Amino acid sequence: MSAETSTPSDAVELTSTSAGTYSPDNPAPVIEPPRARTSRSPKKVSRTNFEMWAWLFMRLSGIVLVVLVLGHLIIQLVLDGGVSKIGFAFVAGRWASPFWQLWDLGMLWLAMLHGANGLRTVINDYAERDTTRFWLKTLLYTATVFTVFLGTLVIFTFDPNIQ
Amino acid sequence: MPAGTLYRGREGMWSWVAHRVTGVLIFFFLFVHVLDTALVRVSPQDYDNVVATYKNPVVNLLEYGLVAAILFHALNGLRVIAVDFWSKGPKYQRQMLWSVVGIWIVLMAGAFYPVLQHTLRTVFGS
Repeated sequence: MSAETSTPSDAVELTSTSAGTYSPDNPAPVIEPPRARTSRSPKKVSRTNFEMWAWLFMRLSGIVLVVLVLGHLIIQLVLDGGVSKIGFAFVAGRWASPFWQLWDLGMLWLAMLHGANGLRTVINDYAERDTTRFWLKTLLYTATVFTVFLGTLVIFTFDPNIQ
Repeated sequence: MPAGTLYRGREGMWSWVAHRVTGVLIFFFLFVHVLDTALVRVSPQDYDNVVATYKNPVVNLLEYGLVAAILFHALNGLRVIAVDFWSKGPKYQRQMLWSVVGIWIVLMAGAFYPVLQHTLRTVFGS
């Protein structure tokens, strides 16, 4: 099938170096293999499986969070009048039990780490400049560490007789 | 220009977009929620004052939206796990998404009165 007889009028015009005309004197252009390291690749090669562990963590923590968060929503927003009942006395009643303290502690840590890793992925996807990525991640990690520690402190130092 | 050069995936892509958007929204709410709960260490009055915001009809409606986001993220997250770990997951990903949407609609209908009962009682109740 020759190009002259079958090519529609709007087809891309082939140049003289197209397939078939390559020879030792006229070699085809070299295309880098997709994962070859070039001068534009990052200098540091990761020696750990961090991304694999992060991927696995998202799935494992996700399963646990389905139980913890949906249970939390049912208790706080569905049962006994929904949001009406929530107040200091309600919190004091629930945190009187180590079971619910542990529930909330686990939910806090897993949800914060799950969310932080999710946002890390979003930053990696959309922030292209190195300095932008650096500052967005610095802000993310600072806010995450602060919030996890504040929440943990509140659960462990809760005083029902405050004031 | 040939048609279809802009990638517009079907259910797979849109569920990915929805998963990402709901995830970011939930994470931002989580920061606020830990901060408002931290007020129990300040005083019962300060905590109750802030919780009163959650009982405002508009904010109550936002809570229904939060439940919507969390339910979708949870159900679709389980679908993602099935796609990754179940040998037939990729084959049935589309059917699983429509199952997620179906379960989500049923749960949202069921959550309508319980979540919004505070507003329904205070605004429309006698």
